Amino acid sequence: MTVWNWLAVGGAAVLALVAVAEIRRRAGTGTSARRFFRHPTAAPALFVLAFFVTVALAAPLVTPYRPYVQIDIARLANHAPSAQFPLGTDPFGRDVWSRLVYGARISLGIGALAMLVAVTTGVVVGGVAGYFRRWVDATLMRLVDVGLAMPRVFMLLMVVALWEHVPLTVLVLLIGLTGWFGTSRLVRAEVLSVREREFVAAARALGAEPARVIFRHVLPNAAAPIIVSAALGIGNVMLLEAGLSFLGLGVPSPAPSWGNMIADGWPKMAVAWWASTFPGLAISLVVMALNAVGDALRDALDPRKETA
Amino acid sequence: MAAWLVRRLAASIAIVWAVVTLTFVVVHIAHGSPCGQSDGRPVAPETCAALIRRFGLDRPIGIQYVKYLGALLHGDLGESLALHRPVADALAEALPNTLTLALTALILDFALGLALGVYQAARERRFGDIALGNAALFVNSMPTFWLGLVLLLLLAQWLRLFPVGGLRDLVLCPRLDSLPCLADFAWHLTLPALTLGLVGAAGTARYQRAALLEVVRQDFVRTARAKGLPERRVLLVHALRNALLPLITLFGLTFPFLLTGAVLVETVFAWPGMGRLAVTAILQRDYPVVTAAALIASVMVVLGNLLADALYGVADPRIRVRAT
Repeated sequence: MTVWNWLAVGGAAVLALVAVAEIRRRAGTGTSARRFFRHPTAAPALFVLAFFVTVALAAPLVTPYRPYVQIDIARLANHAPSAQFPLGTDPFGRDVWSRLVYGARISLGIGALAMLVAVTTGVVVGGVAGYFRRWVDATLMRLVDVGLAMPRVFMLLMVVALWEHVPLTVLVLLIGLTGWFGTSRLVRAEVLSVREREFVAAARALGAEPARVIFRHVLPNAAAPIIVSAALGIGNVMLLEAGLSFLGLGVPSPAPSWGNMIADGWPKMAVAWWASTFPGLAISLVVMALNAVGDALRDALDPRKETA
Repeated sequence: MAAWLVRRLAASIAIVWAVVTLTFVVVHIAHGSPCGQSDGRPVAPETCAALIRRFGLDRPIGIQYVKYLGALLHGDLGESLALHRPVADALAEALPNTLTLALTALILDFALGLALGVYQAARERRFGDIALGNAALFVNSMPTFWLGLVLLLLLAQWLRLFPVGGLRDLVLCPRLDSLPCLADFAWHLTLPALTLGLVGAAGTARYQRAALLEVVRQDFVRTARAKGLPERRVLLVHALRNALLPLITLFGLTFPFLLTGAVLVETVFAWPGMGRLAVTAILQRDYPVVTAAALIASVMVVLGNLLADALYGVADPRIRVRAT
């Protein structure tokens, strides 16, 4: 690492701190904001997330090498952490820190996008089922029952393994489309209770279309549990992606993802513990931050289900 | 109660059938052929054609499906393409290993999780609670297989306290027939079970703490305290009994997790269970084993939910009344 890289990392940390302070200022002093920041882990968790996002976006600035570069395979494979390689090098002679940063782009990106797919599908299905009830509800909920009983990891492994070269977009879609069942159940329950309220009857009496009633009137009033489940869901997706990549069936090497970095370092774990340990730590840290933010959001938005 | 059970069983069978069908379709619309990819050597086309004919893979998919379902109803899971033996045999060998691992992990999970949760609730918002709470959140956020790798590195590779993998010592203990061999088996079981159990316990503790804190605020707990009962008795007898209900839900949810989490942990620890069998089968395009493994896994999920629902009835008479 050069001095400039270190400075850039410091800059990213400062930027993340500023971002958290700014969020805190913008959130104001309302009850929800106070409840959110009352969690001792909420602000640090936001910082961790902001830091990783900043570093991932500024990857070329904070890393000395490209993630694919095998610097000197003969002499610099399995190099211990040092001033030049802060997290060491992996068995293929690549800089672990550089791969970790570029891997953040892929791992965080897959997590966020797959969750977006899952939440969108879950909200639409749950909203439609809860609003129309009767046979629509019955059919969709039976589908959800099957989805929940489906051994998800098996299914994903199967599809990915049998189709050989699965592009990243398809992987994201697959993870998203197998992860919406829980959300749809949650949304349906919420919609069932909201749809009986007077303002929904008023909207319908004014002649609003079902789509307008669902998306403009019902769902915004059911947003709290959706947001919370999305925050908690990103972490789950990241763990799933890590597992698939660990088996060599997720993000294909040499593109770095935190899961396949663990897999790459695993065979040499006894002599070079750093190559597998740091990506795993990064996953744990980010998922923990997402869980903490999710917990704090639940208390802030949905005081009925307070946990603290 | 009986009518409820019948209805639930019918629904469960329908769900399992749907999963089996889905697996069958996914497997059969995939590209690639089942012969000659696992080791990279090309297989003579006529051999491949003969194999495909022998296993009936050239028939229309509808006929294959009906034949498969028919055989399934007779308890016949087909023959493995890669292992050259009946699928049922391979599963019968692997399933006990997975169940032993899952049950040990489950006991660890709930014993440790319950103890931690109660301790945290008793020390609410004090140092012990906050420290343990954050530690539990961290462990709960780890990829299970990564925790397995770290434990392996620390306890097996560096401290040499445990073996690095496998089911038992194959040289000294080809069969489990003596006390030292049982001890050897337990010794091999410790690390994988600990890996699965620790991650689970961290989640259980979070649930248990929240459930207990909810109960502690209720009037009957204040009454118990006002009667002058010692705090230990109030918490462990009066409050805890009413805070165990969420644990049953968690049990239903954890059961399948132990099996799917086991897929990766079994790979890390070279534990010859269902997960490893399934992963190997998937990589070798061994269709019959893959579909059978998916069948077993979905049965486990449904069974877990059914068991949880039944336990609800036992634990809480109010739910039993409503269900009938």
